[in-house]
Amino acid sequence: MIKTSYVSRTIAELKPSGIRRFFDLAANLEGVVSLGVGEPDFVTSWAVREAAINSLEEGYTSYTANAGLFELRSEISWYMEKQFHVSYRPEDQIIVTVGASQALDIALRTILNPGEEVIVVEPCFVAYAPLVTMAGGIPVTVQTSKEDDFKLTPEQLEAAITPKTKAVLICSPNNPTGTQLGQEELVMLADIVKKHDLLVISDEIYAELAYDEKFTSFAAIDGMLERTIVINGFSKGFAMTGWRLGFVCAPKEISEAMLKLHQYAMMCAPTIAQHAALEALKHGMQDVEEMRRSYRRRRNYIVKSFNDMGLDCHNPGGAFYAFPSIEKTGMTSMEFAEKLLTEELVAVVPGDVFGESGEGHIRCSYASSMEQLQEALSRMERFMKNHCQ
Amino acid sequence: MHLNEEELEVLRIIENNSRIDLKDLAKMTDLSEVDIEITLKKLEDMRVIVRYLTVINWAKVDEYHGVTAMIDVKVTPKRGVGFDEVAKRIYKFKEVQSVYLMSGAYDLSVIVEGRSMNEVASFVSEKLSTLDSVISTTTHFIMKKYKHDGTIFDQTEEDKRIVVSP
Ligand SMILES: Cc1ncc(COP(=O)(O)O)c(C=O)c1O
Repeated sequence: MIKTSYVSRTIAELKPSGIRRFFDLAANLEGVVSLGVGEPDFVTSWAVREAAINSLEEGYTSYTANAGLFELRSEISWYMEKQFHVSYRPEDQIIVTVGASQALDIALRTILNPGEEVIVVEPCFVAYAPLVTMAGGIPVTVQTSKEDDFKLTPEQLEAAITPKTKAVLICSPNNPTGTQLGQEELVMLADIVKKHDLLVISDEIYAELAYDEKFTSFAAIDGMLERTIVINGFSKGFAMTGWRLGFVCAPKEISEAMLKLHQYAMMCAPTIAQHAALEALKHGMQDVEEMRRSYRRRRNYIVKSFNDMGLDCHNPGGAFYAFPSIEKTGMTSMEFAEKLLTEELVAVVPGDVFGESGEGHIRCSYASSMEQLQEALSRMERFMKNHCQ
Repeated sequence: MHLNEEELEVLRIIENNSRIDLKDLAKMTDLSEVDIEITLKKLEDMRVIVRYLTVINWAKVDEYHGVTAMIDVKVTPKRGVGFDEVAKRIYKFKEVQSVYLMSGAYDLSVIVEGRSMNEVASFVSEKLSTLDSVISTTTHFIMKKYKHDGTIFDQTEEDKRIVVSP
């Protein structure tokens, strides 16, 4: 006899990502200009690629230490100190992971007991709520709004806390809104976190892509080092998405517990990628700086163009996403995105994919060449003229 | 001279695309169109912007026959004017594209363009090597340009990403 389903209830009940659905729609069309891509348009800099080739030539084809090459962890430790003024020991507070994705996964699975709650701030990266669920926890979503520039307010945070709350998951600069939390805002949130004795999981994968204001790590706020798990990696700032390399920094107790999980589930991150990342940290900061400048120009360009064509768009401080409102077209974000795709062959991601509060918006990535941006924007302008008179 | 951040930003952008629309340039920076015009004018007047250039891969054009040579030149410097005087005599020739004073085995590096190898050869033998202070010349003809002034020739930009992703 066959069971009704071999798939676990938890997984069976997970919603497939809305991004996936939209990808399927876009993939079947030709001549699409895409603002739907959530990764850098830069190819990893040649020096880094060359380091990987060299690592292969030297025959580095075996496992590394579970937590990652010690040399790489030391370099990460130095990087965290220099860039964000937070101290983590390479010996027992840093783990090199398979992307920020795996870092998030082990962080959540390490801290959660069944039924404990994690506050997830929407709109957010599509994987957050499912990752909490898969770790046996319950995601409690807080909806931010464009009136607050999509920033979590201390009142909202406090209202979402229950006796079961274990942690708050924060992403700044944010995917999809680009919103960056300033130091003062972090201090106010930290006060509440401390008052209720919670943990913060701070996803800082876009830390290198802050354009106007210097980036502040949550761990750098007074009293937060001992209650913050910092998620970071090489995907976005260093244009290394395909290398699958990230890292997580945490207080020793948590970090050692995460290492157990990482050790059994993953052994270690890919060796070649670790050698590449070492080169990126040692000699790649100037490339990062150049990419940041280039994104900033394009950010300015796309935001001004959206506002000119009547798509209200707040000025995102970081990441490479603009999140304009499409409310005045009277369409839902899914309708807007589908129409835009079929009529003008421009791919954007409907905002509701990132949570309820994303409804009424679309995510447009400006990690595209200026030529592509210009083309996409002129098509969108025509679209707006046709649909918004 | 000291440039501010906006002026530097304008330079960085037009270095890669001197034909960019003023409107677009204004949108990419924190400046208005009028500010952009004023800034460009100022940079031109100060000769920070020296010339607007187009990089062409002539090798792609069938009818085009041109050659470039890099020539290492050893010279005897003159009292008082050092290498400047001979450099000036050299760079005034229209065949000469660039002249650099070098450290190391020779003194001047001279880049010469001509319609044929013959033309370059006669320039070197008749004009350059006959100058009083020139001791010797070594001519290297460029056979193929792979990368020029930071631009890789013959490279097509292909987006390898999938159209929609998280
Ligand atoms: C906010 C956020 N966190 C994490 C990730 C995953 O990054 P990685 O490629 O390092 O796994 C992404 C990727 O889109 C992201 O946007």
